Amino acid sequence: MIEIENVHKSFGSLEVLKGIDLTVDKGEVLTVIGGSGSGKSTLLTCINGLEPINGGRIVVDGIEVHAKSTDLNKLRQKIGIVFQQFNAFPHLTVLENVTLAPRKVLGMSKAQAEEVAVKQLTHVGLGDKLGVYPTRMSGGQQQRMAIARALAMSPSYMLFDEVTSALDPMLVGEVLDTLRMLASEGMTMICVTHEMKFAREVSDRVAFFHKGVMAEIAPPAELFGAPKDPELQKFLAATH
Amino acid sequence: MFGYTFQWKQALARLPQMLDGALVTMQIAILSMVIGIVLAVLLTVFRRSGSRILGAIATTWVEVARNTPALFQIYMAHFGLASFGIHLSPYVSLLVGITFNNAGYLAENFRGALKAIPETQTRAGRSLGMSPLQAFRYIVMPQMLRIAFLPMTNQMVWAVLMTSLGVTVGMNTDLFGVTQALNALTFRTFELFAIAAVIFYLIVKVIQTAARLIAWRLFRY
Repeated sequence: MIEIENVHKSFGSLEVLKGIDLTVDKGEVLTVIGGSGSGKSTLLTCINGLEPINGGRIVVDGIEVHAKSTDLNKLRQKIGIVFQQFNAFPHLTVLENVTLAPRKVLGMSKAQAEEVAVKQLTHVGLGDKLGVYPTRMSGGQQQRMAIARALAMSPSYMLFDEVTSALDPMLVGEVLDTLRMLASEGMTMICVTHEMKFAREVSDRVAFFHKGVMAEIAPPAELFGAPKDPELQKFLAATH
Repeated sequence: MFGYTFQWKQALARLPQMLDGALVTMQIAILSMVIGIVLAVLLTVFRRSGSRILGAIATTWVEVARNTPALFQIYMAHFGLASFGIHLSPYVSLLVGITFNNAGYLAENFRGALKAIPETQTRAGRSLGMSPLQAFRYIVMPQMLRIAFLPMTNQMVWAVLMTSLGVTVGMNTDLFGVTQALNALTFRTFELFAIAAVIFYLIVKVIQTAARLIAWRLFRY
C-alpha cells in the first residue's frame, strides 16, 4: 500500500505539491491526469524518493520513504518507475539493459538474470531483440524495454510517468497495450498520463491534479461522466 | 658549406640498443596511461562527490597538471621530492611525472565527456535501486570512456613523446636516453636522432592504428 499524507514539495520558491493526501491499495490502478505543471509527475518521483519532500510523509508498505533511516536503494527495488524519456542505456544491448540491475543490485547470477530478462522481454514483445542495441530500435520498443527493465526487479508497484508522451502517435498503442496487460495481471500501478481513453479503460480510480492540488478523485465513470470540480470540467472540455 | 659526412652504417649498428630503449619508452607510456586513467576516474569521482576537500584536491591536481610544463612536473618528482628525503630513481620519477600529467589532462577530458551524458541516465540507474557509485560505474563511466576515447588516444601519444624529457633527470634506458648516450659515445648526432625520430613516429602510428581497432571492437553501439 502507498500512503501519501499531506505531502508538500517545492522547487525553490515554487510550490508544486500543496498538501496531497492519497492512498493506493495493492492491485489498484490509479491514473493521474492534469495539465502541465500540475505536480503529477513530481508526485511520482517523490514516491520512490528520487525527489525529497518539504512536508508530510509517504509510506510504502509501512516504510516511510523520506525517513533518514530508510535504505532508498532497497526501497526502490520494489517500486519500478518508467519515464517519459525512455532512458535506455545506449552502451548495453537490450538484454544487458534488463539484466544489469538484477545482477548488480539483487546479486543474481548472469544465467539467473538472463532467464528473468528473457521472460520479461518476451512478455513485452521484445523476445527477438535481445542482442540489439537500443539506439537501433523505435521509441515504442525502447519504452517497452524500459518497462521490462523495471519489471525484471520484480517490483510490487509500478509508476509510469507520461510514458507515451515522447512517442509518435503510431507507437503509442503498443506501449499502452503493455500497460493494459500489466493492469490486467493485477500489478499495482500509478500512471500519469494524457491518454484519456486509456485512463477511462484501465483505471480503478482517476485523480485530477490542478496547480499542486488533487482537485478530484473518483472511479473513471464518475470522474469523466460527472466531473464536479470546475477546473476538471474545463480540462475535460479542452481535451475531448 | 656542409662539413658533415653521413655515416648511417655506424648509427644503424646501434639500432638494437635503440629498440630496447623503445621498449622501455612504451613500457613507461603504457604504465603511465593505465595508472593515469585510474587516477583520472578517481579525480572525476572526487569532483562529483560534492565534498569540498576532495573537490579541491582534484581541481588543484588538474590545474597544476594542465597549466605547468611537463618538464617541471618530472623535475618535481625527481629533484623536488628529493628535498624532502624522497629519492626516486630516474625511471620512477619519469613515470610519476607523466602519470601526474596524464591524470590531470584525462580528468578534464572525462569532465567534458560527462557533460554529454544526460543526468537522466543516472536517474534511471538510481530508480532501479543502484547506489550512486553503481550508477556511475555501470552506466555513466562506460559511456564517458567512449566519448573520451579519442582524447585518450591523443594523451597516450603525448605520453610516449613526453618520455623524452626523462633525459633531464638522468634517464638513460628509454629511447631518447639511449640515443643521447650513444650520441655522446659516437658523435653520429644527426643519424642517431633521425633514427630515434623515425622510431617515435612508428610507435605513434602503431598506437593510432591499435586505438582504431580497439574502438571498432569495443564500441558496437
